[in-house]
Parts: sequence; C-alpha cells; structure tokens
Amino acid sequence: MQLLRTFLLRLLTTAITLIGVAVIVFVVIRVVPGNPIAMMLPPGATDEDIARLTAQYGLDKPIPEQFLIWASGVLQGDFGTSITARQPVLDLVLGRLPATLELSIMALVIAVILGGVMALTGTRARGTKVEAGIDVANGMALSVPDFLWGLVLILLFGVLVPVFHISGRVTPSLDLPFTTNFYLFESVLRLRFDLWADIVSHMFMPALALAIPLAAIIGQLLKQSLKETMHLDYVTLSRTKGYGENHVITREALPNAILPTLTLVGVQFTFLIGGTVIIERLFSYEGLGNMAIDAVINRDLPLIQGIVILFAVIFTAVNLVVDLSYALLNPRLRHG
Amino acid sequence: MADGRAQIRRRAGPRLWLSALWLGLLALAALLAPWIAPKDPLAQDLFLGRLPPFWAAGAEPGYWLGTDSLGRDVLSRLIHGARLALTVALVAGSITCLIGATLGLLAGYLRGWVDIVISRAIDIWMAFPPVLFSILLIAVLGPGLSSIIIAIVVIDWTRFARVVRAEAMAQGAMDYVASAQVAGRSRLSTMVTEILPNVLPTIVVLLTLEMGIAVIVEAILSFVNLSISTDDPTWGGMIAEGRTSIHQAWWVLIFPLIALFLTVLSFSQLGEGLKDRYDPVLR
Repeated sequence: MQLLRTFLLRLLTTAITLIGVAVIVFVVIRVVPGNPIAMMLPPGATDEDIARLTAQYGLDKPIPEQFLIWASGVLQGDFGTSITARQPVLDLVLGRLPATLELSIMALVIAVILGGVMALTGTRARGTKVEAGIDVANGMALSVPDFLWGLVLILLFGVLVPVFHISGRVTPSLDLPFTTNFYLFESVLRLRFDLWADIVSHMFMPALALAIPLAAIIGQLLKQSLKETMHLDYVTLSRTKGYGENHVITREALPNAILPTLTLVGVQFTFLIGGTVIIERLFSYEGLGNMAIDAVINRDLPLIQGIVILFAVIFTAVNLVVDLSYALLNPRLRHG
Repeated sequence: MADGRAQIRRRAGPRLWLSALWLGLLALAALLAPWIAPKDPLAQDLFLGRLPPFWAAGAEPGYWLGTDSLGRDVLSRLIHGARLALTVALVAGSITCLIGATLGLLAGYLRGWVDIVISRAIDIWMAFPPVLFSILLIAVLGPGLSSIIIAIVVIDWTRFARVVRAEAMAQGAMDYVASAQVAGRSRLSTMVTEILPNVLPTIVVLLTLEMGIAVIVEAILSFVNLSISTDDPTWGGMIAEGRTSIHQAWWVLIFPLIALFLTVLSFSQLGEGLKDRYDPVLR
C-alpha cells in the first residue's frame, strides 16, 4: 500500500517535471532570432511563400496557442513535422534512439566492469601501493569529463595506435541486412559477427569515454562501502570459518556493500546519457545527440522539441526505475 | 589517528601546490598574453600551414608548437585562449555559485513553499541534457562571451543548489541553530551567521569544481562552433580545428587538449586539497 502511494506520488511529480521541460523548451526555442522557414526556402522565395509556409507549420499563432496545439498532438502520438527533413519528428527521433541507447548501455556495462574491478582489486590489496595507485587513477578519471577522455582516446587509439574507428557507427560501404536500428543486438541475433566486430570497433571508444568518469565513481563508492563492510562481525566470522580472502570479499561483503552503489549508478546513468550529446558529435556517431545539435544549428524547432522531450522522458524514466527498485530492494523502506 | 592525519596532510600538500602553480602560470599567461605570445594569434600564412612543433623534422624556428592549417601559431593561440578560458571560469563560476548557493540555502533552511518551488525547478532542470541545453541557449542568445556566461549560470546553478540545500537542511536541524533562534535572532540572520559559515567549505569545493566545468563548457561550445566568433583563439575552437586535421597535424589538437586537461584537473585538485585542509574533522 505504502509502495503504491509512493509510486503514484512519483508518477505525479514526473508528469509535472515533463510538463515543465516541455514549456521551457517550447518558449526558449521560440525566442530564437531568425525565421526557420526563411532559412529552408531558396533565396528567391517571396514574402507570400514564407507567410504561407509559416502558417502551414503553425508558427504564426501566439506561443500559448502553439503550445496547446503541439501538446494535444503529442498526447495523440504526433510530435509534428521536422522543418529540414520534412518527415514526422517521431519517426526521425525513434530512428536514432536505438543508436544512442546501444551506446549508453555499452558505456554503462564498461563502467560497471571497470569500476567493479577497481573496487575489488583495491579492497583485495588494502594498504598496499596497488590501492594507492588505484586511488590516484580514480581521482583523475573522476575530475576529467567525458569530452576530454574522448579526445585523449581519439589521439591514442585512433591516431597513435590506430586500432579503433574514430567516426561513424558502422563502415559506410558495408551492406547492412538489418530491419531494426539496433545494429549491435541485431548483428548478434543474425550471427553476423563480421558486422558485429565492425560496429563494436566504432562504438568502443565513444562508449569508453562516457564510461571512464562513471567507472571512477563506481570504483570509489563500492570500495568505500566494501571497506566498511569488511569490518563487520559477520565478515570476521566467515573469515574465522576459514574462507579465503577472495570468497570473503565477493561472497560475504559484496552483496551487502552493493546497494548504495546501485542507487548511485542509476542517477549517474542519466548524466552519462546526457553526455552522449557531445560524445556523439565528437565521434560523428549517428545518434540522437548528434541529430539534436544539427537541429539547433538548422533551427528545426519541432525536431528540437521532440528530442529534448525524449531525453527528458528517458531521464525521468531511469530515475523512476531507480527509486522503485530501491524501494523494492531495501527491506527497511519496504516495511516502513 | 595522528598518523592518518599527517598522511592526509602530506598527500594534500603537493597536489594543492602543483594545481595552484599551473593555474598561476595560466593566469600570468592570460594577463601578459599580448606581450609574451611570440606571434599574432590571428595572423594567417598559408605558406606556413601545418608546421610541426620545434622538435620534429620540418619545424620552422619561432613557431614553437607548430601551426594550424591556416598557418596560425599554435603557442600564441594557446596563450591568448587562456584569457577566455580563465575569464569564463572566474566570472561564470562565481555568478553560478552565488545564485545556486543562495537558492540552495533558502530552500534548505526556510523549507515550506520556497523549498517546494526550488526543488521542483531543480527536478525539471535535471531532466534536461546539460550540453544540449547550453547549445540551445547559445542559439537563442547568440554567440559571445556574455552568452556563454549566462548559459553556464542558467544551467549549472542546480549543482550548487542541490548540495547546499541538503547541507543547510542538515545544519538547520542541529541544536546550535535552535539555540540561536531561541536567543531571538531572525531567521535570515541565523541563516547568514550560523548556517552559511558551516556550509562554506562545501561551497568552496563546489566553486573550484564549477570553474573547471565552466572551462569545459566553453570548450564544448567552441567545439560545436557556437562560442565566440570563429576567428578568436579559443581552446575549444583549436580542438575543433585539430579534430578535422587529426591525421595531418596531431599537434593542433594535442596542445590545447593538454592545457584543458591540466586546467580541469588543477581546479578539481585545488578543491579537494582545500577540502582536506579545511575539513573540520581532519583539522
């Protein structure tokens, strides 16, 4: 009952947040100087042409009215038509979403593995030079943002030792048999490991750049809670039972130390998704973020709205899932 | 315990001083840019395009770090670029701190409807991808230094507000605040004289971090070509230029990258160092 009420309350605040985002982005982009319609017409277009097309996109109406028309469309699944691509915004955005989702999830997996390995190694080597080294690496990974890591990776593994591709999502000359835009998953399902290798070789560096700061956060927090757990009586008890250090860390301490880290990963995952915007630009990766920057440069108002709303939906959905799973996982909250 | 403290002191020492040293050098370079830069940062010479740095074969004397594809001197552009980077760091960082910390303090200490409004605004802000938001704002405000500063303030105030709100809330629940209230002090005066000093160490750490972030935001905006005019030397603009000619002239990318890297690292290490030094628990 308590859980249901928490859930409904969170759903309500989520709705308020999304409406807030929609209003802000709607107003902000309509203050942009420069008529987007004039930009899409050839230089010889008359004022009547511009007026006709402006009316067609509904941009001649007052902003509150435009918002109501747009919002009622959104509720029916219609996000308007892109001014530059002249296609439904929803189609364009959903076409790019898989690329960004695959990139974000790959980055998350890398971050969890890297961070986990750092935390476990650091705990295993408590008080030695190894732990000190891990702490220094962690501190550096934490202070430097994904944009700079991306540039460092481009220089190291794109130019100095060119082992990975530094731009695009897949080699353009390849013949793709895919029916969805989830290239990475579909290449596995179709057992096309040649294509899979090419896709991974394109995705690995942008994913790693996104993953490094998050890996540092995971490593730091997990190591800290592992250290605290290692002093607890039940861990000492299992040690006196004769279990080895590796068993004590991974089987006894880890399950209890992992909850705070899990919550944090959820929140940080939204920051990671936000980072895809510039990382996709840096690696010319054809995802949502790259499309968003082009949309801003081209003043494609309906497209900008659609992308920002989609990002906001993803962010709030991730937060919602994190909060709920925390409530489900934490017995103290469940019975509270 | 005494040993542990000494160890932290020792570790904090060089970290703090090295960061301060780099930032000091940078400030000096920014202040003296017109006098110490060996060349005009805007001067183009297509015959001297993509010259390598001084140690490589084919280098031209006087062009220490080489030239970009338009023949502009990389070292001179780097030195002049420090001006914009540091201006943005100091001005945008301070204004963001002032606004964000004030809102956080008000929300965390006054609670009630003030807290509801500010917290809801933070929730909405957190649902925007920050980089996209900043690009959008620059598109609206038009390029230029003041637009960059406004964009950073508008987007990043939540970084301060979130943390300061939580801290102010924790402090507000403590006995010493209650006793100040009992002594007949007004809420606002209690906030400034009792809560603020206790939250200040956190604010200082956040401020140094924010300065580093501001430098990165400026670089990102220059990178997508939305910062100030494209000719002016900026680290982000140099990185964008270096990214396109990365296979022909790696040095155009690597030097501004190193400068950015050290600057961001220094700001955050400065914050960490200050925290260790002034943390009441460690002191």
